[in-house]
Amino acid sequence: MKEFMLIFRMDFNGAAQLSPEQMQESVKYWQDWIGGVAAQGKFTSTNQLSSVGKTLKPGGVITDGPYAEVKEIVGGYLNIKEDSLEAAMKIAEGCPILHVGGNVEVREITPMNF
Amino acid sequence: MFSKSGCFVLAMSTQESLIPHLFRTEFSKIVSVLTRLFGLTHIEIAEDITSEAFLLAAETWGSKGIPDNPKAWLYAVAKNKTLDYIKRNQLFAKKINLAIQHELDSYSEMDIDLSEKNIIDSQLQMIFAICNPSIPVEAQIGLALRILCGFGIEEIANAFLTNKETINKRLFRAKEKLREERIAIEFPNPNQLINRLHNVLSTIYLLFNEGYYSQSSNKIISKDLCFEAMRLNLMLAENNLTNLPEVNALMALMCFHASRFEARIGNTGEIILYEDQDKNLWDSALILKGERFMNKAAKGNQISKYHLEAAIAYWHSQKNDSLQKWENILQLYNRLLQLEYSPIAALNRTYALSKSGNNKAAIFEALKLNLLNNYLFYSLLGTLYLQEDKILAIKNFEKALTLVTSEAERNIILKKIALAKTSKVNT
Repeated sequence: MKEFMLIFRMDFNGAAQLSPEQMQESVKYWQDWIGGVAAQGKFTSTNQLSSVGKTLKPGGVITDGPYAEVKEIVGGYLNIKEDSLEAAMKIAEGCPILHVGGNVEVREITPMNF
Repeated sequence: MFSKSGCFVLAMSTQESLIPHLFRTEFSKIVSVLTRLFGLTHIEIAEDITSEAFLLAAETWGSKGIPDNPKAWLYAVAKNKTLDYIKRNQLFAKKINLAIQHELDSYSEMDIDLSEKNIIDSQLQMIFAICNPSIPVEAQIGLALRILCGFGIEEIANAFLTNKETINKRLFRAKEKLREERIAIEFPNPNQLINRLHNVLSTIYLLFNEGYYSQSSNKIISKDLCFEAMRLNLMLAENNLTNLPEVNALMALMCFHASRFEARIGNTGEIILYEDQDKNLWDSALILKGERFMNKAAKGNQISKYHLEAAIAYWHSQKNDSLQKWENILQLYNRLLQLEYSPIAALNRTYALSKSGNNKAAIFEALKLNLLNNYLFYSLLGTLYLQEDKILAIKNFEKALTLVTSEAERNIILKKIALAKTSKVNT
């Protein structure tokens, strides 16, 4: 069994502000999707990334925010266990971010061997 | 020396019900105190001395009547028998290095402390010694029942649907393991406490489940296992060092489950499914107790699997059925599965998804579960298909039938098939 990281990207600047009800609904979509992955025993870990952050570049150059030059930023990730990239892509199809204009990048995780 | 201790309890039951009762409550206390004194290596001697005290009680009380304070009588006899034993066995005395090499005479002054405080301390330490990950889980439960709950070998055998010989062998090996691993009777270091407590809780929960999901037709024994698990957990909840949120969460969980004990087993020992239970039989006092422990568990910021399972059990204890109730249960299962996967949780999550108003989505999710050897998987699919496609429902129930192992399970499936054949489907 291989491990994959599903990376969620979206242009959050352009996204509409959610009402509390919409927010709650959004949480449900995500929880139902991730719960479904976990119910298959394929869940490893997940996290949301806040929009607060800075980027460090060579020479001590610091830019505010994680999105210096790109419009889309990473909003979170989900690590899963799957047999193949194709199967992992199949899991990604259920990701709620696809319904709000975002995208999912699926990458195989290769363990570091020192 | 009296061995195979405990078997006589059953023989006694016709004479007096007091002795079996005392055996249940006092055996573990005396054994724990003596074992703490002798060391775990000599746990069998502690058991034998304690059993002898009970044997003497059975003989004496039968002819001379029951003493005013039976408990104190037992403690006094156990003390005397211990001192006698030490006197008679110099080698043993040296081994346990009692009373710092006193002359034999002075052993009579040795303090065998059967005070309430020492009893509680000894029992708690015994819990930690027995619920030890270096002993196989099965053996932990057997030892817990024998040493911590004062169960007779026959009762344990009945609970596990096996014979006394098997249980004796299992307990013997478990005690060997205790010796090999040089496990000490002591309270864990503060920095190890949480980890060790995890193991204790998981053993207690297994003990509870052993009773709750018991395939034994003996309802009394199944119930006893559950209440013993709760009693052990309560000891942890009542001690300052171990009164932690997780402990209270497990207590709440067991209270909620136990509240349905009467409702979920029928007159002939058959299991009655949640949906079909007579809600009037749910024990509202236990539900209330569960809620109180749940409030206590809500301290700190750690959410353990026991918190989530307790919350799921809480919603199950609510009589009013609604989509929102099942939506809450679904969300709790979503989180539980991220914390720890189990096939049962996966199946229950899918069921909750259906009950929250998304039956078609539930079927879609169920088909991804990949539990093809589990009869509950087909049973769930059958239940979900009932609303959509009767033929597929029956097909899945029939598949489940080929995988069940127990008579009780078989009967449940057969009932579902019969029901499916007569029900109307809106397709």
